[in-house]
This record gives sequence, structure tokens and C-alpha cells, in this order.
Amino acid sequence: MSRSLPWAPVALIVLLLVLWQGAFLLAGPDALAAPLQTIAYLAQQLTTPEFQQHIAATGTAFLIALLIAIAGGLLIGLMLGLSRTATEVAEPLLLAGNSIPKIALYPIVLLLFGIGLSAKVAFGALHGIIPVAIFTMSACRNIAPVLLKSAAVMRLSRADRIRSILLPAALPDIVTGVRMGFSLTLIGTVLGEMFGSQSGLGYLLMTAIGLQNTQVIMAVTLLLVAFAATVSTALLAYERRLRSRY
Amino acid sequence: METPHVRMRGVTRVYPTETGSLHALGPVDLDLRKGEFFAVVGPSGCGKSTLLEMIAALAPPSEGAVEFEGKPIGASVPDGVGVVFQENACFPWLNVADNITFGLRRQPLAKDEIARRLDYALTLMGLTDFAAAYPAQLSGGMRQRVCIARTLVTQPRLILLDEPFGALDQQTRLLMGDELLNLWRATGATVLLITHALDEAAMLADRVAVMSSRPGRIIEIIETGWPRDRDSRIVSDPAFGAVTGRLWTLLRDQSLNALGPAH
Amino acid sequence: MTRPQRIALYQALAVIVPVLLLEAGCRAGIVKPLTMPAPSAMTVGLVQILASGRMNAAILKTLANVAAAFVSSAIVGIAMGAVIHRIAPVRRLLEPLFSTYYAVPIYGFYPLFIVVFGLGDAPQVLIGFMLAVVGVIVSTLNGLDSVPRVLTKTARVWRMSGVQTALQITLPYAAPHLFTGVKLAAAYSFIGVIGAEFIMSQSGLGYEIRFAFDNLDNGVMYPLILLILIVSVGLNMTLDHWDRRLRARRGAGR
Repeated sequence: MSRSLPWAPVALIVLLLVLWQGAFLLAGPDALAAPLQTIAYLAQQLTTPEFQQHIAATGTAFLIALLIAIAGGLLIGLMLGLSRTATEVAEPLLLAGNSIPKIALYPIVLLLFGIGLSAKVAFGALHGIIPVAIFTMSACRNIAPVLLKSAAVMRLSRADRIRSILLPAALPDIVTGVRMGFSLTLIGTVLGEMFGSQSGLGYLLMTAIGLQNTQVIMAVTLLLVAFAATVSTALLAYERRLRSRY
Repeated sequence: METPHVRMRGVTRVYPTETGSLHALGPVDLDLRKGEFFAVVGPSGCGKSTLLEMIAALAPPSEGAVEFEGKPIGASVPDGVGVVFQENACFPWLNVADNITFGLRRQPLAKDEIARRLDYALTLMGLTDFAAAYPAQLSGGMRQRVCIARTLVTQPRLILLDEPFGALDQQTRLLMGDELLNLWRATGATVLLITHALDEAAMLADRVAVMSSRPGRIIEIIETGWPRDRDSRIVSDPAFGAVTGRLWTLLRDQSLNALGPAH
Repeated sequence: MTRPQRIALYQALAVIVPVLLLEAGCRAGIVKPLTMPAPSAMTVGLVQILASGRMNAAILKTLANVAAAFVSSAIVGIAMGAVIHRIAPVRRLLEPLFSTYYAVPIYGFYPLFIVVFGLGDAPQVLIGFMLAVVGVIVSTLNGLDSVPRVLTKTARVWRMSGVQTALQITLPYAAPHLFTGVKLAAAYSFIGVIGAEFIMSQSGLGYEIRFAFDNLDNGVMYPLILLILIVSVGLNMTLDHWDRRLRARRGAGR
């Protein structure tokens, strides 16, 4: 893997803005809003209480969903990853589960949880939990056997083995899983808001789609992309720092 | 006197570094006679592999001239040169027979000629029963035989071996050495063997060059004086002990140098 | 019983037991029919729908769009991966994009695609393509990175050109990684197309599920959800089976 350089993200953002502006000039104002106009509109919207309420609604649902996805994924991954048989049994099932278009399951989520916060949270967590579980599980399996043998020689207890050997050794891969889980939980939460919800950025997006209001669509998408890219980049930097030590 | 098969004059290798430059190799003058088995030994980091890569046009010299069969070596690997590397260079997606004939199938050769050379190489390297196996099913020694066979079938006039047995155990090394001697006698090719194992060099080669620690220079070339018809049983000959001892005497100080001032 | 057989048995149990529990729960009335019909009823409903042929047009439309997204993303992804791998500055520029790409809600771009490409099949295919292509590119880059230097040196010893080296050495070596990318592309194409149909489209399986949901028509909705589950899991398991065979031949030695 080639090293990423400090200038790369900046250059990339500039490139994407240029492409965006180019697309705007090509497709016209009916299809797209211009970059500067969108940023200005977003900045103005961010100060209105109405928009802030939508952000708060999405943020609350997302945080709860993320907590469930990470805690649940870690628990499932650790439990399965400690046994070779359990890993072999579960891995293909989890991967198959990951390949299901989860949006097809959304009606079931709505029927089970009803319209509101819990459905959004459930749908967000449903997206995020499998990747966290898969990465945690394979992280446990990929630990160098000599480390586990050393733990056995040192006569560590099972709990101690998990806490002082397994988790630290598996940490980089677990962070990768959390990064994936973060992205997918966000997408899941927003998707969950697009149907059967009266608040949140997903709801805003869906109403704007219905009204073909490109300015709102692009402002909300820009906000989501900026947030997702920032957190994801930070997690990636943390992950790289961890890996450079291992 | 006939022109040497390989001729190096004033060859050096200098790497640019952050603080200036690192003089890694040379100057080296070296002549390989046609058809001889020549070995190069030296402490780690002395640039012996670089020497080989220069002859194969895989690395350019910083200064000096390298010639093969009287012609200067350019940017691409000269025709008639085969290289065997230390690492496993088998193609994992091809079976043994297809691995061995890979180079042949790229040449305008008749099918039965390819089959004939394949048979010959399989027999010579003891791979006949494994022609349909995939590299992943073979041991390290067997994989290296596939790589040697793959070079052999192209009928190179010069075979370059870069620590080919470095990843193998000692018994396998001795037996592979015998096979290498067979191959050398059967093909009449010139062989250049880079190795860090003194006994391997002493047993296989007609002449052994000893290199200094970095920057690597050739400090002496020893004639072993073995008959052409030799094999690994030579290790019990007192003369073998004498050659190995002589090599170690020359190398000991150089190896200490390479380890660093603390020693 | 051999170990692989035992693993397969456990896997079958892990699927069958929850289904049986659900069946029992539905029959006992713990799960209300308005929430979810029994799995047996879903299966019967699916057979009836398939036999009646009234969903054939929607099924064909979805499968055709998935196929278009899948094939285009696999070809474009591998080609772009091979090109980007050769040009280091471009790769360094794009690497942050690849690593954060899946954090981007692609569906947010869907309305723009409709405005630009109209209400036909193109927006759905494009969503599937966009979800799938980056996974293929990243897998291709990883695969090309894994090629040992000794193999490219070997190619130079045989005086192979850049194109020859790519086609005969690096791409075959990277094949298992490329296949992983192709497997991802299949899943993402399916997810993308179904999602786009569900959100805003007038045809396809995703649309039919949405339509049935809006009309509280569980008798259609659940069988169609079951169909999507069967198709996506079946596709994944088939590709996974080939993947394992490909890797088994390469063995652990690589």
C-alpha cells in the first residue's frame, strides 16, 4: 500500500470541487446546484433552529445505533472468534448476511418497531453490526499463535488472556471493523429516516427528492459526506498509527 | 587467449541517500571463463546479489562496463541468460509442467520440441511424477527445482543463481548441489552462483571469488581444482576442508567488519 | 462425520432452527399475522407469485439492471485498478477517496441521476455501479500489491513488455484478489439496484416491495422479501464456493 501524503486529501477535495463545478456547467441548474452556492446555502441553513433539530434527530438515532452496532458486533465477534469451529460455521453466514440488500428488510423493521426513533436505530444498527462482528472475529482468528502460546505459558486466566493479549493484538483489525461499521450505520440511519419518519436529515432528503429541490438535496448530501469523510479519515489515521506499531 | 564469457571492468554501485551517497560495491574487475562453474561468497550486505543483477541487466552499474559474450549489456536482459532467484518464483496459477514451459511457449518453437525439452527437464530435476501438481502442493526444495527447470529448458549459455538454496535445509541443499552439478555438466553452460554458504561454494565451484565487506570488492579468487566429474561426496575429501578453511580465513575479518564496531 | 460435514451441519442448523422457531411462534399466535406471516405461508405465497407470472416483468427488470451494474463495475473496476496501480501520484491522490468512499450515502445522489438521466433504468444501474466499482478497484490494487518482486523480475528476465507482464504475470497472480472484488461487485450491484428501486422508481422488485408495503399487502411483500433473500444469499454462496476452490488450488503456500 502506498503512503498517503498530507497534500493528497486537500488536492482531492479541490479536484472534486472542480469536477462538481464542471458537472454543474454541463448539466445546468435544473440538475445540480453549484458548489459555492450549495456551501453558502448549507452554512445559512446550519444557523436555523429547524435544520438544527433535524441534525439533532439524526445525530441521536445515529449515536444509539452506533453504540449498539459496536457493542453488539464486538460481543458477537469475540464470542465466535474464540472458537475455531464457531468461526468456520459463522463466517460464511455473516458474509452472506452482509450481501443482503437490507433495504428490502426495512418494511419488517417498521412493522416490528413502528414508526419513530426505534425503527431508525434498529435499521442503522442492522447495517453496522455485521461488519464489526466480521472484522472482530477474523481479528481474533488472525492473532499469531505464538502470542496465545505465550499467554498459556504465563498461565493467564481466560479473562486475562482476552483483556491483555487478545484485544490489544486484535485492536487494529477491530478499528477497521468499527470504521466500516461507522459508515454503514450512518447510511442505515439516514435510509431509515427516508421512510416512515417525520424528522432527521433522511426525512429532509426524501421530501426534497419529492419536490425535486436540488439545493436542499445537495446541501444535505454535502453535510453527510463531509461528516462521514472527516470521521472516517480520523479513524483511518488512528488505525494506521496502530498498525505502524504492530 | 579467448574472450571471457562475462567481463566486468571498474564496476561500481553507488546509492543516493538522504545525507549524500552510499558506496555499496566496487570497483570490481571480473572475468568468467566460458563453461566454468564460478561462485561468489561474501559477508551480508557486500553487494554480491547486485553483482549478479548487473550481469542480468536487472540493475545498472553506476560506473564501469559489463559485457556478455563480448557485447556490452544494455537495458534489457541479454539473450542466452537464465536467472534463478532465492525466493519462490513459481507461478501459483500454473501447474509444474506449465510453469516449466512458460518461457518456451513464448518462443517460436514446435510443440514436440517443447514436449521434448519439458521431458528432459522433468527427468533431470526428478519432477516427472509432479508434472500436473500445483506449486502450493510442493515442498520448498521441489519448487526451487521447478524454477531451475524453467530456466534450464530455455537452454541458457549463462545461468545466474542468486542464493538459490538459501531457503532450504542443509541436506536438501547438498542434494540440490549434486543436481546443479549434473545440470552444469549436461548443458555445458557457464554458471555463476551467489551464496553465503562457504561449503556450498567450495563443493560446487571451479573458482570461488571472496568479497570484502561493504563497499564490496573481490579480495581473492581461489581455484578449487576439482575434477569436472564431482559430487557432494567431495565434502569428505581432506582437500575440501582445506578449501573451506581457506575461504573462512579470508572471510572472517570481513564478516566481523560487516557485523559492526561492537565486535 | 468429517469436520467439513460437521461444519455444514451446524451451518444448516443455524439457519433452520430460527426459521422453525419463527414458524412455531407464528402458529402459536405469538407473532401476529399482521406483523409477519409464518415462513411456510411466505414460501407458499412465493411459489404462487412465481407460478402466476405476474412478477416476472419486475424480476427480469431487476435482474437485468443488476447484471448491467455488475458487469460494468467489474470490467471498469479491474481496468481502472490496473491503470491506477501503475501511476503512483494518481493513486496517492485517490487513496483517501477509496478509504472513505463507503461512508458516503450514495443514495443521496440518486435524485440527481434521475434529473440527469431520466426515469429509465440508467439511474438504478448507475447507483449499483457506483456502489460496486470502488470495491473492485480497491481489491485490484490490493491484488497487484501482493505480487512478489521476484515474479516481476522473472518477467524482465524473459524480456516481457509491460502489457505482457500485466496479462501473463501480475493479473493471474492477483486473480484471487480480483475474484474477491468481483464477489463484492455482485453483492453491491444487487444492494444498489434494489435500494434505488425501493427509494424511487416505477418498476422492479424493490419498487414492488415498497408498493406492497405502502398498501399493507403482506401477502405480496413477504414472499418478495424472501425471494430477494434467496437470490442474494444464493448468489453470494455460489461465488464464495468458486472463491474457495480458486484459493484452495493456490494453497496456503502463497
